[in-house]
Amino acid sequence: MALLEVRNLSVSFETAAGRFFAVQGIDLSVDRGEVLAIVGESGSGKSVAMLAVMGLLPPTATVTADALRFEGRDLLAMSARERRGMSGSEMAMIFQEPVASLNPCFTVGFQIEETLERHTDLDRAARRARAVELLAAVGIPEPEERLRSFPHQMSGGQCQRVMIAIATACNPKLLIADEPTTALDVTIQKQILDLLLRLQAEHGMGLVLITHDMGVVAETADRVIVQYNGRKMEDTDVLSLFERPQNPYTRALLSALPENARGGRLPTVSDFAPGGAA
Amino acid sequence: MLRFILHRLLLIVPTFIGITLVAFVFIRLLPGDPVLLMAGERAVSPERHAELMAQFGFDQPLWRQYVEYTGGLLHGDFGYSFSSKRPVLSEFMARFPATLELAFCAMLLATVLGIAAGILAALRRGSWVDQLTMGTALVGYSMPIFWWALLLIILFSTNLGWTPVSGRISLTQFFPTVTGFMLIDSLLAGKPAAFWSAVQHLILPTIVLATIPLAVVARQTRSAMLEVLGELYVTTARSKGLAPRRIIWLHALRNALIPVVTTIGLQVSVLMGGAILTETIFSWPGIGKWMIDSISRRDYQVVQGGLLLIAAMVMLVNLTVDILYGLINPRVRYR
Amino acid sequence: MSATDDPDLLSASRPAGPAPVSPWLENWRYFAGNRGALIGLVVFLLTVLIAIFAPLIAPHDPAQQFRDALLAPPFWVEGAKPGFLLGTDALGRDILSRLIFGARYSLMIGLVVVTLALVTGIVVGLVAGYFGGWVDALIMRIMDIILAFPSLLLALVLVAIIGPGLFNAMLAIAVVLQPHFARLTRGAVMAEKNREYVMAARVAGAANLRLMFRTILPNCLGPLIVQATLSFSNAILEAAALGFLGMGAQPPTPEWGTMLAEAREFIQSAWWVVTMPGLAILITVLAINLIGDGLRDTLDPKLKRS
Repeated sequence: MALLEVRNLSVSFETAAGRFFAVQGIDLSVDRGEVLAIVGESGSGKSVAMLAVMGLLPPTATVTADALRFEGRDLLAMSARERRGMSGSEMAMIFQEPVASLNPCFTVGFQIEETLERHTDLDRAARRARAVELLAAVGIPEPEERLRSFPHQMSGGQCQRVMIAIATACNPKLLIADEPTTALDVTIQKQILDLLLRLQAEHGMGLVLITHDMGVVAETADRVIVQYNGRKMEDTDVLSLFERPQNPYTRALLSALPENARGGRLPTVSDFAPGGAA
Repeated sequence: MLRFILHRLLLIVPTFIGITLVAFVFIRLLPGDPVLLMAGERAVSPERHAELMAQFGFDQPLWRQYVEYTGGLLHGDFGYSFSSKRPVLSEFMARFPATLELAFCAMLLATVLGIAAGILAALRRGSWVDQLTMGTALVGYSMPIFWWALLLIILFSTNLGWTPVSGRISLTQFFPTVTGFMLIDSLLAGKPAAFWSAVQHLILPTIVLATIPLAVVARQTRSAMLEVLGELYVTTARSKGLAPRRIIWLHALRNALIPVVTTIGLQVSVLMGGAILTETIFSWPGIGKWMIDSISRRDYQVVQGGLLLIAAMVMLVNLTVDILYGLINPRVRYR
Repeated sequence: MSATDDPDLLSASRPAGPAPVSPWLENWRYFAGNRGALIGLVVFLLTVLIAIFAPLIAPHDPAQQFRDALLAPPFWVEGAKPGFLLGTDALGRDILSRLIFGARYSLMIGLVVVTLALVTGIVVGLVAGYFGGWVDALIMRIMDIILAFPSLLLALVLVAIIGPGLFNAMLAIAVVLQPHFARLTRGAVMAEKNREYVMAARVAGAANLRLMFRTILPNCLGPLIVQATLSFSNAILEAAALGFLGMGAQPPTPEWGTMLAEAREFIQSAWWVVTMPGLAILITVLAINLIGDGLRDTLDPKLKRS
């Protein structure tokens, strides 16, 4: 049984111009201890699909699926209260903008301990000790002092570490990372990715990594899903993706890597798109 | 934080000097002879005229007059009322509690009700509750409050006879003045009937004075709340599995209140303008009515002193709000 | 259907976008989608028409006194006199006619005050923001000083200096409202001044004046338009308040605030004399504020989320 199983997931929004489908008929599954990368351009519905899994979409969104199961439990059949009980403890998510992800009015310590208070029976002192431990585990120096810091006093990379500490506070079985390094400096990106992979390996978490960086995919993922315009284009293991891409869009995407640039202009997907302007 | 406060203090010094200049220039801008102007219809003998010119220092060069004027201010000398012969400052202090009592009640009503209405509207965005609340707020915001006061008087005082038309308290109630606030003094004197009378007198002026700030606070709270609810950290809070109640009342509200506090501070100035109208209509013996009466009596020393004192008070309140803003906003408190 | 088999997917899902519409048309569509703003606009235009054609619409001369119909109630109340739809005041003047002519005053007040405040505010703000340094510091401190006074109080005192009257009241209100425009313009200029397009214009040899008015100003128009709308309604309210306090338009001018001041003593006996002028103020101001809200939602890109 897969940790997370998604079949024919669609998400739509009611807009002034009619119904808009952000995700259309996605299938995917994640096993325990597996790293799944979801690749695609901005606006291809990667994040929306994962927000739907977490149950974080606004009420204006309509989510339908043939199956949306976590450890065999049907998420769509659960009450909002039951899903809240799982999220933050069994499944957790981190986002693209680490600084904006943290509440500017509360200390980092408060925001970590809050999750522990919600999902564990630890008392105040134990929560504090666990928060220190978590900050240390995500590589923040002087964790005791840092607990009293506010998000604006930390760098983007540190904020993302704090977010990872919050997400992993209750040892979740599934961690969804939505472009966790996009907003960070290139030098920090690698550190954060390594941290995520280390924690994933240590705890045997399932990790869903949403990205548009093919380099990240090649380095980290076990399996890859390529998504375009709300639909799944390709679902394969990493090696086959780079060696034998099946879908024309994937081939276009790979050809558009800057390394493949010839002449004075960076290639774009539409240059290679079948039936496109190329 | 200390640096923040010092910075704010430094910033208001030039503004304060500017205000004294405005008040100083004001009386000299009046066309015509200042003494004759203040005397109005009354006849002034040439000797008395010269005496008054010297008393008010009008015979000195302008810069000299300003130096003496500001020097006097530092000693609490705001001039003398032409009609009552009493110092402007003591006249101000005698009337200030009445205005403060009224303004405080109005601000309390506006803040509590405004924030509650704004949150409600934001949480029920697009629903009939939202539309009704915001529609009412816009009407309140557009309200000519002097007319609103007259309407309320027609309805509640003339037709229903529920509330008195004017004044602070029934003339049959007596008790010693301790704080100058009727609500407190009547309780200190142990006279519930007097307290009730004071409350009755307060109700309509409070509603009138609170109307515009209430509308502004409600609208600002709603938009701040909507903006905050769209922030990523609210999504983070939801991803932690926190209860909606905690997310709204702790995570969202705490952030939404930051701009609302600034708005509330800015309303103090609006409130003082409103107090002029409200006090005039309800014959409320505060500084708003005092100013209007002095303007129509051409008691320009009072107008000058009152202008200065009111502006200084508004500035002090704004400074307090600025510091409060720093206190509730960690991004300011911890550099 | 499996998505992966669709060979035409890329071309099919990327249709040529809709033909670009002019920004004005797009803004209008967004604005017209706001029911409240549209209602406000209709009411406001009606007020404008009433003001323009007042002599044709008004059943009576606003100053004519009908001695046999003093304090006649409106038509739905017992004792109403025919010919006076909304009743008459204590001097026997037709209230409806006075309200119709009063619309002229209110709209003129709004227009004159906003024009004065807008023009001086923009010039002062542009100068402060563009030149910076001590010019900026001096100008902005002056604006702070004006804003430190409650606006109605300052307007009252200004009128007390220059003498009561409608024109002086407008002047005083313009002085009081002008810092908002100056601050707004200055802020926008400070933000825009170092943007690339301004640099480009400067490099291309544009002179200071041209830079300020042709290059920077159009880019901060949105907030200024919104502020102008709000000031319009503020001006009407403050002028009415001054009139009510006897410092604005003087009787027998049918200005709405002045009418209210005259009506005050009949609060116990003839409610319509008090009710009608205030209602006229409220409706006009409400309509303008509805337009203002609609404009703000339309022109503020931060609020415009679909």
